[in-house]
Amino acid sequence: MSLLDVRDLSVVFQRRGERPFTAVDKVSFSVEPGQTVGLVGESGCGKSVTSLAIMGLLPKRGNKVTGEVLFEGTDLLKLRPDDMRDRRGREISMIFQDPLSSLNPVIPIGVQVAEVLERHQGRDRKQALRESRDLLDAVGIPDPQRRLSEYPHQISGGMRQRALIAIALACKPRLLIADEPTTALDVTIQAQILTLLKQLVDETGTALVMITHDLGVVAGLCDTVNVLYGGKVVERARRHELFAHARHPYTHGLLNSVPRLDSPRGERLHAIRGSVSDNIPWAEGCAFAPRCDNVVDACLEGPPPLEPTASGGDLRCNNPVSEEVAVR
Amino acid sequence: MTEETGPLIELRDVKVHFPIKSGLLFDRTVGYVYAVDGVSLSIRKGETYGLVGESGCGKSTLGRGLLRLVEPTDGEIIFDGTDVRALKGEAMRQSRRRMQMIFQDPLSSLDPRQSVESLLVEGLKAHGLAGDKAETNRRLRETLEAVGLPASALGKYPHEFSGGQRQRIGIARALVLNPDLIVADEPVSALDVSIQAQVLNLLEDLQNERGLTYLIIAHDLAVVRHIADTVGVMYLGGLVEEASSDDLYREPMHPYTRALMSAVPVPDPVVEDRRERILLAGDLPSPTNPPSGCRFHTRCPWAQPTRCADERPELRDVVGGHRVACHFAEDIAAGRIRPHEVEVELVRPTDGTGPVDPPGELIPTP
Repeated sequence: MSLLDVRDLSVVFQRRGERPFTAVDKVSFSVEPGQTVGLVGESGCGKSVTSLAIMGLLPKRGNKVTGEVLFEGTDLLKLRPDDMRDRRGREISMIFQDPLSSLNPVIPIGVQVAEVLERHQGRDRKQALRESRDLLDAVGIPDPQRRLSEYPHQISGGMRQRALIAIALACKPRLLIADEPTTALDVTIQAQILTLLKQLVDETGTALVMITHDLGVVAGLCDTVNVLYGGKVVERARRHELFAHARHPYTHGLLNSVPRLDSPRGERLHAIRGSVSDNIPWAEGCAFAPRCDNVVDACLEGPPPLEPTASGGDLRCNNPVSEEVAVR
Repeated sequence: MTEETGPLIELRDVKVHFPIKSGLLFDRTVGYVYAVDGVSLSIRKGETYGLVGESGCGKSTLGRGLLRLVEPTDGEIIFDGTDVRALKGEAMRQSRRRMQMIFQDPLSSLDPRQSVESLLVEGLKAHGLAGDKAETNRRLRETLEAVGLPASALGKYPHEFSGGQRQRIGIARALVLNPDLIVADEPVSALDVSIQAQVLNLLEDLQNERGLTYLIIAHDLAVVRHIADTVGVMYLGGLVEEASSDDLYREPMHPYTRALMSAVPVPDPVVEDRRERILLAGDLPSPTNPPSGCRFHTRCPWAQPTRCADERPELRDVVGGHRVACHFAEDIAAGRIRPHEVEVELVRPTDGTGPVDPPGELIPTP
């Protein structure tokens, strides 16, 4: 049994007087214990909404979540709020993009870490703080004893993200969802945080869902990668497979449009034309069709199905990039 | 790339220091933020100079100081033979036509209540170039076409466009005055990856057509490598390395550049699995109280007990135009000095700018 099995998850936002907007459209993927799975896509593709839906963190009103989120066989979407609260932070936890806005500015860092241990493991404050110090030490925060009594504004961005990781890992969860954990950080700090995440995941056997727009981050970290476009998974493949032979024209275009540090200079970038605002609704065809170079008539007749490929992945495309065409 | 000789702009020992004020009645200056501290560089006509560094290294301040959007504290800025810092009032305003800027966030740098036409005409009017209506109109259409927007965009407002299109408006606004130098501060970092490539290609096309000179400021090394002819790497207010783009990426010589390049993720698992990262310890020190000597010595894995802590290295030519500010650049390149562990020094965002908060008494010591 998979650790996490997301089946046909859809999130529809509905505001009075407006047309409903489908942010996540029948997304399915699964995560095995100890595995790292990537959700990749550009802004508006539904990657963050997917993670919030899994965690049960979407607002109560104005949206409709359907499908199943099976965590070790239990459907998280059907749990009572109290039961979900028991699991959140203990079995599944999350790291957000901006550490400054996800930490409470008026509570010392030590207390924010200790809080999790008190809530879920029944420790008293003194014991919890002692463990918090060890946790801060484990995520590489220098002089952890003093950091305990400091406030988020007193430490740097990288250190804040480390503190957030300490909070997320405090109860040794079996699943960690990281939503753009390094986007707000500088590259050298990003490298520190990614190395730390990789090491902690290896040590504790925690499964990791990595949500990012940066293909470079995925390349170094994830076992399986799901590429999202317009709320649907358009391609799923093992890491090496995806980067060597991206089959979906969107993935292929994305890989070819990023300037790379190790590619020869002076080449023109192959831009994907148009922008996300050109998308057509999935009901009318492939959302990517207006921007796609490989478009065929079938693309405008209805949504292409997600079909398994020979190499063990899945692909949603009528006319994929041929397997011989390697990226670059 | 059009290669012409002679520098279009030259900076000599430019410094931008911001005073830190304190006190209720008297504006006491209690210290300075040394945002840019002695940078010399020159950009040839038709060249693209890329300035990279992490947040807080002073790269944006340098770009703004160069256009005198912030007043430099010291140094010379020579643009096409005249010292920009000596210009006053009307003469300075006139010279601004030739130096334009593109900003990072197109939404906040475009007035939401001005139509595209009004945004573009504003600059022309300020420089007295909007006299003839038909001529102005032709110029606007031409500029829009050059940046890949339809002429119908003129009557629209910024919110009606997507991020990539807005950035094109920002470029059009700079371009309409027919400048010689364009300073682009993070021109693509607010855009999605698929859109970044469009804007980068556009910038290159415009340069080829019009012989523009660019100063591109960015934190993304891959972007800078792609677009720039010469790259300068900044750390804490100073240039630490400068070389042609190819040389720099083939053989980075400054320890900081090495660490920076090894930290950039490459979208290729084969490369990612093999590469060795130089992980820097700790954070960027505060620019209010920069370390003595070489500014990087507190985090440098190659730092030596002699010289590094007490003598600030000059940016010197090491091999064929490859300039490096490191005392031991040759030794490191030849492998005579091995990297070592670095103790993490804690950096506080408030360092030096105010009283350090006393540790709270909330926490019992175990």
